[in-house]
Amino acid sequence: MRKTALDCVYELAKKDTRVLFIGSDLGPEVLIEMKKEIPERFFMEGISEQHIVGMASGLAMEGFIPYVNTIATFLTRRCYEQIVLDLCLQDLPVRLIANGGGAVYAPLGPTHLAVEDIAIMRLLPNMGVVSVCDSLEMKRLMQASLNWPHPLYIRLAKGGDEIISSENDKFQIGKAILMKNPGECLFVSTGVMTQIALKAASELEKENILCGVLHMHTIKPLDKETLLELFPKVTKIVTVEEHFKNGGLGSSILEFCNDEMPDQCIKIKRIGIEDKFADQYGSQNSLLENWGISTQHLCAAMRS
Amino acid sequence: MQLDERSKHLRKIIVDILSVDKRGHIGSALSLIEILRVLFDSFLKYDPKNPRWENRDRFILSKGHGCLALYAILADKGFFPKETLLDFCRPHSHFGGHPERNLDLGIEATTGALGHGFSMAVGMAIGAKLKKQDHHVVVVMGDGEINEGSVWEAAMSASKHKLTKLIAMIDYNKIQSYGPTKEVLDLEPLVDKWKSFGFEVLEVDGHNIKEMEYHLNNTIKDHKKPTVLICHTIKGKGFNFAENNPTWHHKSGLKQEQIEAMYECLK
Repeated sequence: MRKTALDCVYELAKKDTRVLFIGSDLGPEVLIEMKKEIPERFFMEGISEQHIVGMASGLAMEGFIPYVNTIATFLTRRCYEQIVLDLCLQDLPVRLIANGGGAVYAPLGPTHLAVEDIAIMRLLPNMGVVSVCDSLEMKRLMQASLNWPHPLYIRLAKGGDEIISSENDKFQIGKAILMKNPGECLFVSTGVMTQIALKAASELEKENILCGVLHMHTIKPLDKETLLELFPKVTKIVTVEEHFKNGGLGSSILEFCNDEMPDQCIKIKRIGIEDKFADQYGSQNSLLENWGISTQHLCAAMRS
Repeated sequence: MQLDERSKHLRKIIVDILSVDKRGHIGSALSLIEILRVLFDSFLKYDPKNPRWENRDRFILSKGHGCLALYAILADKGFFPKETLLDFCRPHSHFGGHPERNLDLGIEATTGALGHGFSMAVGMAIGAKLKKQDHHVVVVMGDGEINEGSVWEAAMSASKHKLTKLIAMIDYNKIQSYGPTKEVLDLEPLVDKWKSFGFEVLEVDGHNIKEMEYHLNNTIKDHKKPTVLICHTIKGKGFNFAENNPTWHHKSGLKQEQIEAMYECLK
């Protein structure tokens, strides 16, 4: 997914002279071709995230579309004030490509886990927040990102994720994709949690529990239109995210239901990470299992 | 150094603003006036009638709390009528306690949180190089502001990219909010610091018009590196009771007699 995203930056840069790439201190192989072919629009600026976001803002003020890439934790937390003031307050079209959203960096420990990124990014006016499910959807997102007029946070998963998206989805930033039609129940998921939600829906189907899967690749702006159309048709919703329960997709859905559908009585359960720091290393999957984010947990939540 | 009529005139605009809302970062604006005056009178290229002119020099007041001085010079240059400044900090004013990006008013970037403007200026200067434009990008920072680590990240980057058209000016009035910079977080040896970060460094009297004009229009032309002008200034310059007085860094609830005392100093 990351390689696809960065390859797309190069493709966009070839066609559009406004596009440029800014990394911090990434691997030596990153965008090696772009560096060779378009060196003037390839930047590797060192471990200086605050400066990088400010510099990207300055470039955006001059009409460029900077794609900034580094590890999600450092691209969100270290330079948060620059993101708030330089990018969002001035509403500039900078794209933040965040490596390792969720528990991807499990072996590296809690300093590298990006499990609050969606919350702190979606909080900011003008910021868009996107978390696609596979590399093909990433390609569609990158194409769509070119002319998105606002700052955009792009959360990357580990890579090698099972392909579940399709050309027929008609990808649009801000438009959710119904991956599976609902019966009475609906999973609402984002990123690679959509793969797990689809598996859980198949399991449950064997028990005659008919669950739909709504893939919210864009967490902000929230696709209220689709939610307003879909939610009155179901009685139970389980939201799924590789993120703290506080402040992420599930919170966003609860806020939406409270504010926009106050008379609906839908049971909503959130699957996500409880309010505590990770106390294990291991793998992404072992951490997810530990947090109660797995096909079995999703099935159990829907059955209960 | 005695203030001439033009320096007094610009200070009077500031006192006119203060006389309405009775608040503002006064000391921080007063140390800055001659720096802005030199830039806008005799260095920067711009056109108030065509404020978005692509080849204009870019100017960022990174020490956004000095905005009273910026507003005064922009009004004086005709970007907007002086009277609009009397709405300073009021609900529907364009002019708050820190400047917000508005190209039509001559304000290039939103600043106020310290340590942001220099990185944006670096981005603008790189952008100019990419577009093969030869305008300058000038950024003014406060001395307290350069406590921020992000300033030094930007300094390394400016040097790496050989941004010869980038000029940083430090309003070195030596007093930050809490007290003397020497005590809060000593910046010295400041010249050596900037040199070691790859800059051409000039030290000037930040109230001496001719000296600053000369260096901006002559000395820096041959520079093969980005330039920093360390401008030695006096906080509260022009009002004897405010000079070098930390309590005049920011004031609210100014009394009428204080306003009158300021006018008195400008006679």
